Amino acid sequence: MQTLTNRAQPVLRTEMTFLEKMYLPEIIRGMLITFKHIFRKKVTINYPEETRPFSPVFRGLQILNRDEEGRERCTACGLCAVACPAEAITMEAAERQAGEEHLYREEKYAAKYEINMLRCIFCGYCEEACPKDAIYLSETFAPANYGRKGFIYGKSDLLIPNPKEDPEGYAKALGNRKLHPEGHGNEK
Amino acid sequence: MHILTIDWTELAEKTILIVVVVLVSLLVAMYSTYFERKIAAFIQDRRGPNRAGPFGILQPVADGIKLFFKEEIIPTFSSKFLFILGPAIAMMTAIMIGAVIPWGNKLHFFGRDISLQITDVNIGILYVFGIVSLGVYGIMIGGWASNNKYSLLGAMRAASQIISYELAMGIALIALLMITGTLSLRTMVNQQIDHLWNIFKQPLGFLIFLICAFAETNRTPFDLSEAENELIGGYHSEYSSMKLGFYLFAEYVNMFLSSAVMVTLFFGGYDIPFFNDAAHTASWGVNVMAILQGVVFFAKIVCFIFLFMWVRWTIPRFRYDQLMNLGWKILLPLALANMLLTGAIILLHQNHWHF
Repeated sequence: MQTLTNRAQPVLRTEMTFLEKMYLPEIIRGMLITFKHIFRKKVTINYPEETRPFSPVFRGLQILNRDEEGRERCTACGLCAVACPAEAITMEAAERQAGEEHLYREEKYAAKYEINMLRCIFCGYCEEACPKDAIYLSETFAPANYGRKGFIYGKSDLLIPNPKEDPEGYAKALGNRKLHPEGHGNEK
Repeated sequence: MHILTIDWTELAEKTILIVVVVLVSLLVAMYSTYFERKIAAFIQDRRGPNRAGPFGILQPVADGIKLFFKEEIIPTFSSKFLFILGPAIAMMTAIMIGAVIPWGNKLHFFGRDISLQITDVNIGILYVFGIVSLGVYGIMIGGWASNNKYSLLGAMRAASQIISYELAMGIALIALLMITGTLSLRTMVNQQIDHLWNIFKQPLGFLIFLICAFAETNRTPFDLSEAENELIGGYHSEYSSMKLGFYLFAEYVNMFLSSAVMVTLFFGGYDIPFFNDAAHTASWGVNVMAILQGVVFFAKIVCFIFLFMWVRWTIPRFRYDQLMNLGWKILLPLALANMLLTGAIILLHQNHWHF
């Protein structure tokens, strides 16, 4: 039949030569190839001594952010909880009292903030939804645990270290992120 | 009282030799599992076990301990006696082959000459053959007692594969026996020490014997009876814990002892190549030579075991009809032709190359 282009080749149906029918030369050739592979460089990575580098946009565990003065950014607005497709985030709001201005940025803050890591699918919608740049996804995995209770991460597990008390921890956890205090999409 | 005059030293000597041979076979089989995984990893560009002990050397110990701690499951609707008998027969026949292999020349201790072979029967190689044939029972009984149609299928395939390849192996061996003129393994090794190795006299026979040895030990490319993706586990899918360990172990012991038999028959056994054994025995003493020869024997066996593993991780598995085709329609005529050719050449040789 007429083909459109002349790239198609008819199937070669030649008879095997005697040497090919014996299969032994081919077997020996194959064995030489596998023998060469013994002396090649191995592609295994010696975890946990070496780790593979992550890309900067890798979506791992969540971290609750603070600003430069050490005040918590989260205002318990609930946008992340609404945006989460797996309903993993729960929170309880509280009002900032008189002597707590150095702890919280605005008058409303999250007294209890829990993420259920067993439900979380690490999609990053909470990071995109937050108007205060208070939550972002870092590069760590969720470590293993023996019971389900250990996977409910509270505020103390998620908060970034205070830059006033622990500047190195803060800087390490922040990485190369640029802070957008007015939320994503509002960069000037 | 002639019944009570047992030679106790002889008995003790043989018992110690038996225990040593069995322990060595088990140890080599244990580390064969480790080397299998390491070599498989190296061929596949990865590292293999390297966490249990330095370079992963304690990995077989960890595997053994794991197998011991697993739960022993015996299915209710099967014959308990046969279920336990299957792996027992497999392991027993695997180890019994080691009784007639000459491991070295002789040691000289306490004024006695201890020959490093448990027993030098006149029918050496025929005994090996008989034991290998009995090994089929281990697989068949295991498959039947599992009360599982897939195990039964696997066992039937394994049994038919083994008996098909035994024929070609036997006939290839007959050609070799025509040349050596004796069945005893030690005599064969002595002949190879004095003259050429048998591999040069019977290259085609060696090739056929090698392929049949792959089929007898159920090694790839002939391992469809334990093909995991075809029959889940084949005849050992219902086994757990140490009975499974016995089946897997029996395969490695078989592999080790088949290599030993092949080295003995074709590659000179414990003969050190390009080395005048007799002259050095006089100068260095019997014990040193025996140890040296034992080391050389093991080096040759290790090369063969490496060959077994190398082939396993290179060649894809045979289909059942391809396997039967190979055994009956290709290897058997080839072995017969080899035998006829060998016979013709022997007659010519005896007739001083006249017709």
